[in-house]
Amino acid sequence: MNWVNFRARLKKVFRSAWTPFAAIPIALLLGGGVLLLAGYNPITAYEAMWQGAFKDKTAFTEVLIKATPLMFIGAGLAVAFKCSIWNIGAEGQFYAGAVMATVVGIYLGDLPRFILMPLVLIVGVIGGALWGMIPAYLKNRFGASEVVTTIMLNYVAIYITGYLVTGPMIETKGMFPQTPKISAAAWLPRFFPPTRLHIGFIIAVLLAIILYIVIFKTSIGYTIRAVGINPIAARYAGINVRKNILLAMAISGGAAGLAGSVEVAAISYRLYQLISPGFGFDGIAVSLLVNNNPLGVIFSGFLFGALRSGAEVMMMTAKVPSVLVYFIQGLVILSVVAFGAYRATTKEIEE
Amino acid sequence: MDLLPVVIFLQSILAATWRMATPILYAAVGEIFSERAGVLNIGLEGVMLIGAFAGYSVAYESGNLILGLLAAIASGILSGLIFSFFTITVKANQIVVGAAYNMIGMGITGVLYRVFYAESGRALSLKTFAPIEIPFLSQIPFLGEVLFKHNIMVYATLLLVPLATFVLYKTAFGLSIRSVGEHPKAADTVGINVNRTRYFAVIIATTLAAIGGAFLVLAYADQFVEGIVTGRGFIALAVVVFGGWSPWGAMGASLLFGIFYALQLRLQAMGNIMIPYQFLQALPYVVTVLVLIGLTKRRVQAPKALGVPYK
Amino acid sequence: MEDIIIRMVNIVKSFPGVQANRGVNLEVRRGEIHCLLGENGAGKTVLMSILYGLYKPDAGEIYYNGEKVEIRNPKDAINRRIGMVHQHFMLVPTITVAENIILGQYPSWKVLNDMPAVYEKIEKLSKDFDLDVDPSALVQDLSVGEQQRVEILKALYHGADLLILDEPTAVLTPQESEHLLGFLRQLADRGLTIVFITHKLEEVMQVSDRVTILRDGKAIATLNTKDTNPRELARLMVGRDVLMDLKKKEGQPGNVVFSVRNLRVTDERGLLAVKGVSLEVREREIVGIAGVSGNGQSELALALAGLIDCEFDEITLNSTPITKKDFARLNHMGMAHIPEDRQKMGLILPFSVSENFIAETYRDEPFSKRGFLQFRTINDYSKSLVEKFSIRCGDVEEEIANLSGGNQQKVVVARELDRRPKFLLVNQPTRGIDIGATEFVRQQILAERDAGAAILLISTDLEEIFALSDRILVMFEGKIMGEVPPDYSLIEQVGLMMAGKSAVHA
Repeated sequence: MNWVNFRARLKKVFRSAWTPFAAIPIALLLGGGVLLLAGYNPITAYEAMWQGAFKDKTAFTEVLIKATPLMFIGAGLAVAFKCSIWNIGAEGQFYAGAVMATVVGIYLGDLPRFILMPLVLIVGVIGGALWGMIPAYLKNRFGASEVVTTIMLNYVAIYITGYLVTGPMIETKGMFPQTPKISAAAWLPRFFPPTRLHIGFIIAVLLAIILYIVIFKTSIGYTIRAVGINPIAARYAGINVRKNILLAMAISGGAAGLAGSVEVAAISYRLYQLISPGFGFDGIAVSLLVNNNPLGVIFSGFLFGALRSGAEVMMMTAKVPSVLVYFIQGLVILSVVAFGAYRATTKEIEE
Repeated sequence: MDLLPVVIFLQSILAATWRMATPILYAAVGEIFSERAGVLNIGLEGVMLIGAFAGYSVAYESGNLILGLLAAIASGILSGLIFSFFTITVKANQIVVGAAYNMIGMGITGVLYRVFYAESGRALSLKTFAPIEIPFLSQIPFLGEVLFKHNIMVYATLLLVPLATFVLYKTAFGLSIRSVGEHPKAADTVGINVNRTRYFAVIIATTLAAIGGAFLVLAYADQFVEGIVTGRGFIALAVVVFGGWSPWGAMGASLLFGIFYALQLRLQAMGNIMIPYQFLQALPYVVTVLVLIGLTKRRVQAPKALGVPYK
Repeated sequence: MEDIIIRMVNIVKSFPGVQANRGVNLEVRRGEIHCLLGENGAGKTVLMSILYGLYKPDAGEIYYNGEKVEIRNPKDAINRRIGMVHQHFMLVPTITVAENIILGQYPSWKVLNDMPAVYEKIEKLSKDFDLDVDPSALVQDLSVGEQQRVEILKALYHGADLLILDEPTAVLTPQESEHLLGFLRQLADRGLTIVFITHKLEEVMQVSDRVTILRDGKAIATLNTKDTNPRELARLMVGRDVLMDLKKKEGQPGNVVFSVRNLRVTDERGLLAVKGVSLEVREREIVGIAGVSGNGQSELALALAGLIDCEFDEITLNSTPITKKDFARLNHMGMAHIPEDRQKMGLILPFSVSENFIAETYRDEPFSKRGFLQFRTINDYSKSLVEKFSIRCGDVEEEIANLSGGNQQKVVVARELDRRPKFLLVNQPTRGIDIGATEFVRQQILAERDAGAAILLISTDLEEIFALSDRILVMFEGKIMGEVPPDYSLIEQVGLMMAGKSAVHA
């Protein structure tokens, strides 16, 4: 690669990479406004948040732990969004993966560790992928909008989980609506005890890199991007659009399912009613923030992990409700799209 | 066999049906305007939440339900302006903006509710709109209970649907809306301001959705809870499609959902049945999916320019 | 002094990447038919869109009835009694004719309670001008010709003094065109002023009083039609003496490469659009399908490319029978396809030039190895095609959206031809591209024929059909009306067949 080419490429990367950095301060600023409105001192609140995220090694590992499911889900959604499939159902797919992992982790708990551990992750992927392929099938076969069906299936998955943990799978003591712990043989290894940082984080980073390569460097990725941009031209070129919709939903659903199984196998060791605090929705913001680039998801996943982790500490120390994070995420997305539009117009002017 | 329990069961379900359909119907009728004009707003859920919270807090603090309703309307107009700005002026992807707006709605109502109400230790319920019993008619056995003992916001839907139909099909404004959603360029060439028309349509949509949200606190439950809308905004989107983008169709579709909501609640309340309550709770959502599946063979098509920013 | 209705002075208008008008001057006299003649991209439509208030000029002045005016939007134009019939009709298909006609004319709060009066007025106008328009019909149920009449009636309804028509005959048969031109003459006799945009010399000669020639965004000359001739107009229009000479050699058809028997296709509205078409194409042969657009050609092409469902008795490619299952693989069986709408069907716009070159072959060696795209190979290949087809672009990694229409079309043509197809399906290969690119594309198609390909050419441009084809089939309402040799003296007969008359003698 020659120098001019390299510079041009660098310029292109910068041109698309500055938006997240501009979007986040704006969102925090507006979030601060809401805090003021609610009678808080935004500076104290944000300081508590920062402390919560980066105070010490343990806090930092918690950030990475929170970032893990967001990276999984965000990287998967990036693929779906690149294919213009609006999967709003990662939340449900996360639950589907978590349920499958728990079922295997409990009922096949006698399997040896080297089989059980990967198996739990694999069934998580399968669970999420299948749950994601339902809307894809409905879209292909009946033309049902995936936006609505994926959202509806979120509710269905959450209610099924609710049923399982209060009914057939409730722990033997029956004290809380939760399952018993899965077999210890299924637990994912942790790095630096007593911190909870686990191997799932590495898997998430790897997945993001792999999906980046798939999207931008392989023929499968070419297909997915082509379908996402112009499905009609893609059909003319002999691409099977329906197959790709199914594939994109399987990948994004599988990634969300993997996130669910990792959460069970590395953090909670069991299933309970609200095992996801909304990871599936955070994942949407994670992907959109970096223009649906799976590699960028490592960055944005980390960022939102810090936000969420910090917000939980903020809730404890400064008593600021952590739902604020949703508000900030929403604003981040709006800022990003606004900047995106600005970029489009400046580009036109340059030409 | 004794028929009375069956009749009472049926009566209680049908009596709840219209009421359960009401919030969805408000949102759906509004969304018809928006979609007919070419703008898909999946942020209805967030709009409804904000409307519910605005309605609740103002009604609670002032003790006046009408003021609460007006606050909800104001919040709906504001939501509409924000959503329009990003989707119409900035021309951002409508689905992305809608998803963001849902997060914003969830976040801001969550924070404010927790700060001002959940942790305040105050009694939180308010006095909702009372049922109005229509003289004579409400005395009719069965029908009286089902049709003539509702509150004002439920009855108002009887006005809303024909009014919406009239505006959409019998006024110049309605004609403009239907045109900009179908062939915006054509509308533009005869002097219709496409984007302005869309702004108005979106604001109508969000205002009605906010009213639908406010219904939940002012005329149904007597207090706000986080996430009180529980997917009704999304169901309204399905209702619009199922109703073939027409207000009367939306009314029919909403009533169908109303039946399932009512059935679900009634069965839950009965307690001693064999079906786990979570399955009943999931019922409206499953029905939504099934309804969308059932639509394939229909001739009614979505507005051609739905989801496409103009110029 | 003559009565000047419109004077446009020094109009300048540019869009990103294009300078559409570079100081155009135009004078139109009251009551005349004034042709705007020019190639695609000469700036005719932009100029008239400015007059109609659709675009704001960057510079320049407009005088209307001697008074300097600023036409800010179409409503302004309509209020000043200017009407425009666009090339792509501006009618909303899902509402009625009457609703389309009153669309945008009332303030928003107006209740539409005077529809009976509107109907009456439409019916009266319809009768007066012999337009035969039903105000209660839904526009989507009307034929193209009827829709055009609605457009004209819409302008008349609003009391237009000045009527602009943008290439109105593009969608009509020669006979319908003839009728339209006669009708316009009548309108002019009643005192209307007409500006008629076209690139067809015969139409200018036939209908206009005066003609202004536009080239490269400038008005080159305004002439009295009776003082000029087609040769002079052509020279002014193109800027050099051309009568496109493709040096077509006599075709030497060989064996049948592609044949279809009794093809039936239903369109998206569920109507039968192709009603039992049979045809065959031999090697070294171009079979042209002539016809007014909307007579089933699009559906025919889509079906043969395997993109919409169809019924047939038999299709063979290289003597191999094709089943429905094979349709997905036709690309790999030696068929190539240049679709009618390059931006919608042929290209993926935000993709780069090189990514578009491999749209059909990216899964194959050497562009892809074990599933990984080989960018160096792809770029080298793309560069060779860019050179071979003299495509003007900065770099093969440039976004294809930045290329001009002609160069975009060349990318599609290069991609399809480079696969050395045995059977080539070409639909509207030169629509909307400049004359240089048109000539180039046509030459490539002919070269491909001489190299042995069997080519099915669908075009609504009769000139193109006659220039390229070895045999001409005429299509009308989903049926083949007959076959004609490419002899210009038979153009009238082809016209009749395009309007539904069967071939009397070929």
